[in-house]
Amino acid sequence: MSSRFDEHGILVVGASLAGLRACAALRKHGYDGRLTVIGEEPHLPYDRPPLSKEFLAGETGGADLSLPVAGLGITWQLGRRATRLHLAARTVEVGDGTRFPFDGLVIATGSTARLWPAAPAGVHTLRGLDDARSLRAALLRRDGRLLVIGAGFVGSEVAATARGAGIEVTVVDPAPQPLHRAVGEAAGEFVAALHRQAGVDLRTSTKVVSLEGVGKLTGARLSDGTEVPATAAVVALGSAPATGWLAGSGLDITAGVRCDRHARVLRRDGTPAPGVVAAGDVTRWPHPWADAPGVTLGHWSHAAEQAETAARSLLFPAAPARYCPVPSFWSDQYDVKFRSVGLPALADSADVREYDLGARRLDVAYFRQGRLIGALTGNRVARIAAYRAQLAADLEGR
Amino acid sequence: MKIQVDMDLCESHGQCVFAAPAIFSFDDDDILVHAETADESLRDAVEKAAAACPVRAIRVHAATGDAAA
Ligand SMILES: Cc1cc2nc3c(=O)[nH]c(=O)nc-3n(C[C@H](O)[C@H](O)[C@H](O)COP(=O)(O)OP(=O)(O)OC[C@H]3O[C@@H](n4cnc5c(N)ncnc54)[C@H](O)[C@@H]3O)c2cc1C
Ligand code: SF4
Repeated sequence: MSSRFDEHGILVVGASLAGLRACAALRKHGYDGRLTVIGEEPHLPYDRPPLSKEFLAGETGGADLSLPVAGLGITWQLGRRATRLHLAARTVEVGDGTRFPFDGLVIATGSTARLWPAAPAGVHTLRGLDDARSLRAALLRRDGRLLVIGAGFVGSEVAATARGAGIEVTVVDPAPQPLHRAVGEAAGEFVAALHRQAGVDLRTSTKVVSLEGVGKLTGARLSDGTEVPATAAVVALGSAPATGWLAGSGLDITAGVRCDRHARVLRRDGTPAPGVVAAGDVTRWPHPWADAPGVTLGHWSHAAEQAETAARSLLFPAAPARYCPVPSFWSDQYDVKFRSVGLPALADSADVREYDLGARRLDVAYFRQGRLIGALTGNRVARIAAYRAQLAADLEGR
Repeated sequence: MKIQVDMDLCESHGQCVFAAPAIFSFDDDDILVHAETADESLRDAVEKAAAACPVRAIRVHAATGDAAA
């Protein structure tokens, strides 16, 4: 089909969920030309959510994480890091200077964990499989104390997993509750209670000032003047869109690759770059509930769904698809399955409909200017569908 | 078409319920329940549900034959 891609084909940068789902959608919609995927990691695409959960607990082997790649006719360029995009010449340059020409480009480089500057040995981040393997090896020694810096989703999940393995855990976060910014006070307090009941030493409204240890980590100094011992630490301070390789390309990369509602990538002058689309954690895009310049979401379903839109916009530029989802994410901590729809982080008020620590159940509805904007449940997934339907109806009216 | 869900894999993510509410729902204990067969007119929604499932627990078969998704 479509001769527009006949010369060099379509190039995907980023060999993970969004990149792979874009490939699958391109094939599903009839693209049978050349499809090349460049990925920095040496691995074929795999699933990240288990890295802070089952995989870290040592329950699953690496093979179980793999995402299905069979039958897509992809030429893999793995272990290659894209370093530059030459938009006018329509090439992507990788580390060794090789340039890959393209007719169509999908940007799917995800995000990168924020690092701790000049960290001693024993300090981990958790974004990729290799990170998870080295953290797992440290946890499996079971002889030390783990410090988790940052009580967001990844930090809270790591703490829960490590406690489950019987490891002593200290969690430090500058906010008054874990997950405060994402889901607010009540849900944050619920998570705090889960941590404390599990025996986590939770230090909120506190910052890690410095990591101690010559060569190897021994502990940390906190902003309240106390010191905590630690043999390993996880820096879980969130992530930033992986846009470094796009510097100087002419694309708008302020706080993520800026896209329009069709997943088309915008240049700095605000116009779409022809034949360039993006999907997943790397993007910033307009949503009817969010103010300009839109939202960035680090959720599995977002990566999968936006990739579908991106593929269709690339193949059918005259009739680009509209991406207007009810966002959703999940998080498993201890014995609680948290499920969320909408954008709770944008709420200005919350209605706590159920808060039962004993039964491990939570149900919070989030509002913005009196209108439902999201919901979070814990072990109450049956209620999520109704919230989602209401949010979908709201979006349809916009 | 026939719909199969591997309940050992299912983690009650609910994505299938969002994509095809006519086929998938939860009972009061958060356990997934689903129709085992569906009319072909629902194929698109069911395939979307299968693609949306983060643990790939959903299989769609032709009414007579082999797995198609
Ligand atoms: C530990 C962990 C737990 C999670 N748990 C959940 C969860 O419970 N629920 C949920 O909804 N979501 C969860 N997520 C989020 C989910 O995994 C992400 O939203 C999803 O992986 C995003 O997919 P992506 O393809 O956009 O980006 P990524 O998966 O980050 O993939 C981007 C890929 O691009 C590569 N890359 C980056 N830069 C370059 C470059 N310059 N050249 C070549 N390749 C490059 C990277 O190496 C990477 O492989 C979790 C994430 C992590 C890390
Ligand atoms: S999407 Fe998958 S895991 Fe979630 S409820 Fe449906 S079958 Fe189960």
